[in-house]
Amino acid sequence: MDTSQFIQRDKTCWEIKPNGTMRVPAIIYADAQLLQDMDQKVYEQLTNVATLPGIVEAAYAMPDAHWGYGFPIGGVAAFDPEQGGVVSAGGVGFDISCGVRTLHTGLNIAGLQAHKQALADELFRTVPAGVGSRGRIHLNHKSMQGMLTGGARWALEEGFGEDQDLERIEDHGCMAGAEPKYVSSRARERQKDEMGTLGSGNHYLEVQRVAEIFDHCVAGIFGLRVNDVVISIHCGSRGLGHQIGTEFLKNMVTSAAQYQIVLPDRELACAPLTSPLGKQYLGAMRAGINCALANRQIITHLTRQAVARVFPGVHPGLLYDVSHNTCKLEQHTIDGQKKALYVHRKGATRAFGPGHPDLPPVFKETGQPVLIGGSMGTGSYVLCGAKESEQRSFSSACHGAGRAMSRSKATKQWQGRTLVDELAAQGIIIRSPSMRGVAEEAPAAYKDVGAVVDIADQAGLARKVARLEPVICIKG
Amino acid sequence: MNSKAIAPHWEHFEHEADIGIRGIAPTLEQAFEQTAVAMTAVITNPDQVSASKAVSIRCEATDKELLLVDWINELVYQMAVQGLLFKRYQVAIQNGNLSATAFGEVVDRQKHQPAVEIKGATFTGLSVYQQADGAWIAQCIVDV
Repeated sequence: MDTSQFIQRDKTCWEIKPNGTMRVPAIIYADAQLLQDMDQKVYEQLTNVATLPGIVEAAYAMPDAHWGYGFPIGGVAAFDPEQGGVVSAGGVGFDISCGVRTLHTGLNIAGLQAHKQALADELFRTVPAGVGSRGRIHLNHKSMQGMLTGGARWALEEGFGEDQDLERIEDHGCMAGAEPKYVSSRARERQKDEMGTLGSGNHYLEVQRVAEIFDHCVAGIFGLRVNDVVISIHCGSRGLGHQIGTEFLKNMVTSAAQYQIVLPDRELACAPLTSPLGKQYLGAMRAGINCALANRQIITHLTRQAVARVFPGVHPGLLYDVSHNTCKLEQHTIDGQKKALYVHRKGATRAFGPGHPDLPPVFKETGQPVLIGGSMGTGSYVLCGAKESEQRSFSSACHGAGRAMSRSKATKQWQGRTLVDELAAQGIIIRSPSMRGVAEEAPAAYKDVGAVVDIADQAGLARKVARLEPVICIKG
Repeated sequence: MNSKAIAPHWEHFEHEADIGIRGIAPTLEQAFEQTAVAMTAVITNPDQVSASKAVSIRCEATDKELLLVDWINELVYQMAVQGLLFKRYQVAIQNGNLSATAFGEVVDRQKHQPAVEIKGATFTGLSVYQQADGAWIAQCIVDV
């Protein structure tokens, strides 16, 4: 897009002053190059978000922002319930609480090399991935209720994991305020055989090597050293979250007029936080967050089983688990006053800085780990929350590279089998049920995640800690 | 130009992160059928899917655009819970009520090589209208 549409506040901060029906400014964190490369739709969508009732401070876009639905992907907006603030199903997205979890294996790359193929085969066999895959767990009414209320805590009680996992998950593994009664029978039906499945599209399970450390002190506390082997899992709330999103999006579209909400884009459908529909969505969406947390916990269990079969006695522990499609009630300081705000992060990661009261003791001095997924050929990053991100973006950072090319263009440009062979020549093993799926996720179809992360660091959204390189990628 | 001359067909259109599905046909019903074929084509080659199983679908909405979103979401739901892929569709629409039969088969990962599952139809890029030449267009972006 044209950078002349913005007032440049500093090297990485670009502002659109309120105009028309905008209630607050819109702010994009990027450098000139990333901003030029962003679609003009990001401008439109972000300024639309700035028109919503009760929005506080500004509508923000992270450096990886791209064209989404209603909200841009990479969008952050906080709403005050006392100022008529709203909750938006489109502002959370279809894949509620999609996120990334990273595990330490205790292995190093030299120890992995001879067993790489065996581990790839074992993970691919053990973790269900792709369209039409089913989990080995069948949820009945009682276990569904438990899962929707308890999240990863429920999974633990079912034998999938251990107590020390919980403090290394946002909200300690269980989102409070979930109300399963607002989760429809259809959403439950879509989920009952999908627990512990990766899904498809950009979801993956990746074995990675710690390739570079930027902050040795924080990396030490996170337990990361160069050549360590870690495993990252990227997935969300599966069919349940998709169905909740679908149903509430429609309900919010059809009831906007009832709440005197003028929608510049139907996809921005929302309801007042204090309205019955707003409360129902919050209850259902939080149950969706628990579904995602439970899902990643079960996949962790499956991953541990697979790793132990190849490396007896090795038991991966959690680094952290972050979600990047959520709306959460948080305390933020506005004009010196503590306020309870509902922060939407659509394709954006919570990035609480050092000293935040919600963090476990281990991360009190460092800020929370911020896990940024890349593409299967490039790399991923571990960052840590920065103190100044509270003022910059309600403690939020980017979530990934973002696509640079559409799926249809990618399939015209690349063949899945050729890509798999090319990546194998670079030492990266790909396992996927669909070669077309691999082509659609070609590394070059994504933006340079390194550039995105550099700007997040320079803008004070989060600080770079380590870069991870893929070794094995299980694609859905 | 006579709209009857327009053969029903479908196409995909660009979205940065996801994909747009579009049906083009002489009638609204056929346009809805073609949009649904475009949806199958996001997942797999529709020619690879056989039509051995029939599923009845009904939905209603206050306008044509909401009806298209409902129609696609109904198919997404049936595919998800029954593990199906659909090859072709027969759609009837009367006074905002859609009744249809979707023909397909159970997904076979070897045969169909499904690339991606669809999370839902969105209101983005959503439009249903009749062109000056009489052809109906029905389109939206699906989240994958």
